[in-house]
Amino acid sequence: MTSDASAGFSRIDRTERTLEVENLSVRYGEVLAVDSVSFTARPGEVTAVLGPNGAGKTSTIEVCEGLRRRSSGHVRVLGLDPHRDRRSLANRMGIMLQEGGVYPSARPIDVVRQYCGLYSSGSGKAANPDELIELVGLSERRRTAWRRLSGGEKQRLSLALALAARPAIVFLDEPTSGVDVNGRTMIRSIIRNLADEGSTVILATHELDEAEKVCDRVVIFDKGKVLVNGTLDDVRKARQAVRLRTAKPLDLDAMPENLVGWLVEEAPGNYTIEDAPQGLIGALAVWLSERGIDVIELRAGMSSLEDVFKDLTGGRS
Amino acid sequence: MSRVPGPFRSQLRAELTVVLRNGEQLLLTLIIPVLLLVFFSTVDVLPTGDVREPIDFLTPGVLALAVMSSAMVSLGIATGFERGYKVLKRLGATPLGRPRWLAAKITTVIVVQMIQLVVLVPVALVLGWDAGSARWLLAVGAVITGTIAFGGVGLFIAGRLRAEINLAAQNGLYLVLLLLGGMVIPFDELPEPLAAVAKCLPSGALADVLRDALVGGADRPGTSWLVLGAWAVVAPALTALTFRWE
Repeated sequence: MTSDASAGFSRIDRTERTLEVENLSVRYGEVLAVDSVSFTARPGEVTAVLGPNGAGKTSTIEVCEGLRRRSSGHVRVLGLDPHRDRRSLANRMGIMLQEGGVYPSARPIDVVRQYCGLYSSGSGKAANPDELIELVGLSERRRTAWRRLSGGEKQRLSLALALAARPAIVFLDEPTSGVDVNGRTMIRSIIRNLADEGSTVILATHELDEAEKVCDRVVIFDKGKVLVNGTLDDVRKARQAVRLRTAKPLDLDAMPENLVGWLVEEAPGNYTIEDAPQGLIGALAVWLSERGIDVIELRAGMSSLEDVFKDLTGGRS
Repeated sequence: MSRVPGPFRSQLRAELTVVLRNGEQLLLTLIIPVLLLVFFSTVDVLPTGDVREPIDFLTPGVLALAVMSSAMVSLGIATGFERGYKVLKRLGATPLGRPRWLAAKITTVIVVQMIQLVVLVPVALVLGWDAGSARWLLAVGAVITGTIAFGGVGLFIAGRLRAEINLAAQNGLYLVLLLLGGMVIPFDELPEPLAAVAKCLPSGALADVLRDALVGGADRPGTSWLVLGAWAVVAPALTALTFRWE
């Protein structure tokens, strides 16, 4: 489907906001699952919605998909209201539920044909069923009942269904959960291609390393709120820090002012230095070696998403 | 690669595949009605009165049973599982829409009923049923009204209960209505209070109006039409108000 799908998106306007979420709240009875959340997503980019289970990711995604009503706030998908304009939006949107969605006795080729058929009356550019099956690597399993597919194969079939509409915007909820290494690579490359061809991809996951490999933009959720929202590089840079671990705790009082002022003690023997000025690390290393203090770890560079996430949420992931 | 059909036909094809590939559903919609028809018309154990031929009593009753199995049990069980497996939720994000979804469901029931008729009517004729006095138009009206009533009941249960409990409830209800319903056992054979209840059920009412239409000599067709009509209005309305898609 690569060549055809890209035809409509030959020029990607990356400043366009294809998804706008503003002060969105979702309440279930007494529980506030999503608490005044705001973020945006753009075409040609993969926006990862990250957070631990129960952080409010799925509730937020399902409001955007038109499957759940919001309690308050403002959501626009491709400029439309996902609840009110559900029908017109459905033709241009692909979704992947966190689980299920297919009848257990149904065969992949039949379900893919069904979904391509469901989109065939709209703008008249539904994907080709055989090509979709091929794309997600299920050609050998096209006639195997859904219930006999492995976890990874089920996820790949669900992904194929999300692509049946040749969608302008795609919402994927935990697409790699239960998927083996090969399946992950395949799913990642499909996601990347989708974005490169101009689709807006929203990827909700709690697997930070997966997200890091494929996303351009990051929205980190915790306890129903957005903690961080920005490009992957910005988010990682903002948390850029030098980490220092020493064999025994440092006597900070004995340290010269120009060094101790930069050091933040996370725990005895564990320190971080943020935005270190040039020369500081060298001076610190000299000071430590003069006193015969063994350095176990001295690491600088961009933080991984995992580090950022642990920083923000206090270690839960 | 042939052209992909539109939303309605794609959905209908998916619905039909689920129903026709499912052995248990075929047992319920076809095999049990045929067996009941053959068994009770050839083995004289059923108290069908002195004047009637057993097959004349049984044919309308078994056709009513067939309508109940396709419109209520088969539809209800499949829909319950589709709710449980989030098939309905997933379809909610496609351009299909509820009217076309419902139309595909109804068409599937009609197709199954056609197959039931094509199998059951010749079997009944071979077993000696005299169709000479049958008023077919009235019978079709009865089947349509019965389908709406039973479809409403089946979807009402499917729209509220968990898939596995729904499965048990639909099958249990099928058995209870089969025994109570005036389908294979005449109302006269039931104890008075039970017979009073049975006459208010859609199963008894449908069997009675079909008996009136197909062989004549029904119990009280006027009242049965009222009962069936009431079920056909109340059950779908209640379903529309209470159905949970997820």
